[in-house]
Amino acid sequence: MRKTSLNSVTKLAKKDKRVIFIGSDLGAGTMDEFQKNYPDRFFMEGIAEQNMIGMAAGLAMDGYIPYLNTIASFITRRCLEQITIDLCLHNLPVRLLGNGGGLVYAPLGPTHLAPDDIALMRTLPNMTIVAPSDAMEMAAIMKETLELPGPVYIRLGKGGDPVVFPKGGKVKIGKALELREGRHAIFISTGIMSHRALVAAEMLAKKGLDCAVIHFHTIKPLDHKAILAAASEFPIIITLEEHSSVGGLGSAVSEVLVDNGPFPRLKILRLSLPDSFQKNYGSQDALLEAAGLHPKNIAKTLLNTMFGA
Amino acid sequence: MLDQPTTPKLIYPDTPSLDKRSRYLRKLVLRAMIGGGRGHPGSALSLIEILRTLYDDILDIKADKPDWNKRDRCILSKGHGCLALYAILADKDFFPVTELDNFCHFDSILGGHPERGKIPGVEASTGALGHGLSIGVGHAIAAKLQNRKSRSVVVMGDGEINEGSVWEAAMTASKHRLDNLIAVIDYNKLQSYGPTKQVMDMEPMADKWQAFGFTVLQVDGHNVAELKKAFKKPPKKNRPTAVICHTIKGKGLPPAENNPTWHHKSRITDEQFKQLHQALEEN
Repeated sequence: MRKTSLNSVTKLAKKDKRVIFIGSDLGAGTMDEFQKNYPDRFFMEGIAEQNMIGMAAGLAMDGYIPYLNTIASFITRRCLEQITIDLCLHNLPVRLLGNGGGLVYAPLGPTHLAPDDIALMRTLPNMTIVAPSDAMEMAAIMKETLELPGPVYIRLGKGGDPVVFPKGGKVKIGKALELREGRHAIFISTGIMSHRALVAAEMLAKKGLDCAVIHFHTIKPLDHKAILAAASEFPIIITLEEHSSVGGLGSAVSEVLVDNGPFPRLKILRLSLPDSFQKNYGSQDALLEAAGLHPKNIAKTLLNTMFGA
Repeated sequence: MLDQPTTPKLIYPDTPSLDKRSRYLRKLVLRAMIGGGRGHPGSALSLIEILRTLYDDILDIKADKPDWNKRDRCILSKGHGCLALYAILADKDFFPVTELDNFCHFDSILGGHPERGKIPGVEASTGALGHGLSIGVGHAIAAKLQNRKSRSVVVMGDGEINEGSVWEAAMTASKHRLDNLIAVIDYNKLQSYGPTKQVMDMEPMADKWQAFGFTVLQVDGHNVAELKKAFKKPPKKNRPTAVICHTIKGKGLPPAENNPTWHHKSRITDEQFKQLHQALEEN
């Protein structure tokens, strides 16, 4: 997914001279092709994220569309004030590509994890937030980012994530994508968790429970219509995200439902990461499983919620 | 290794008394402060001659076309000094002088910190410190990419440059050889709490900028002739310039001069305003 997004930046640069790339201190060889073909528009600016954002703001004020890339925790937390003021207050077309949103950097520990990126970005007016499910969807979304007038945060997964994006599918920023129809319950998921929702739905289907899955590649602006439709059609909504329980998709969906309710017969189940620092290392999968986000855990939790333990 | 030692000692301004224009601009600052009932007078008054020189003699800008692409970009990074910027922008007809009376009012374009998009002539919304130089670096790079002759001028405070982000930007300016970038430091030697020497001493100031790859010029920041000369000096090729302006916080209003309690002021009485106006008449 990361490779696809960066390759997409190179393709966009070919098509549009306003496209600029700024990295912090990325791995050797990253964006070689971009650098080779468009050296004037390639910047590798060292471990100085605050400056990277401000510099991008200045370039965007003068007509450029900078795509910035570094690790998700650093491109959000380290320079939050610069993102807030330089990008969002000025409402400038700067794109932030955050490597490893969520738990991708599991072995590296809490300093490198980004279970809070969506929450941080979601508080910022004018910000668009996307979390594609896989490389195919990433490619489709990257094309859409070019002409967006304001700043965009793009959450990148690990790479090699199972593809759930329908072949020939179309994306529209801000519009949720139905991945599976169902009758008994609906998963509202984002990022790589949409694949897990589909796997859990298959498991549940074998037990006679027919679950829909709707994928939110865009978390801001949020597709209120899709959420309200789900609330009126299903007795239970399960939000699913690789993100803290504070401020992510589950929070966003809950806010929409509270503001537009009441939905007296609706049960909302929020499946997310706990509001705590990770104490373990291992792999992304292992950390997700420990948080109850393995498809088999997801299916079990839903069954327990609906029918009791 | 530094080219030459640049900070043998601190320079304290020994300015000739303020001329009519400097006093007039200060009166505009007072006018806005009366309008808003508050402001950062100390921080604005050390800036008057710096901004006056830039807007009168240096910057290539058009008040009737504030977005003209070939203009020089000037960012007041120490946004709390905005009263000085508002005075000069009003005087230059970027907006009517009467708008100063609405300073900080509910629906005014002039808030306690300047905002891009609201105020014609304001390039960036500042107030959170340490942002301007990075944005200015972006402008300077853009000018080079677009073969524009535009210069990028960023005016910072001596307290502001405590922020690490300023030095990130300074490294970048030097790396990209931005000889179209001028960092201006309003070195009034007082930050909010007290003397910079006690709160966060930035000495050796000139050596710092030089070590970061800047050509450093030092001037009396209230002496218009000196300022003009410094800003007009052609930049050294491939090097950004830092102009360190030695100033007096609150310059021109004796109660405010070198007085940290005038960094920000509200509840100023009519009697006090009267005295301040008198001070400008007699100066």
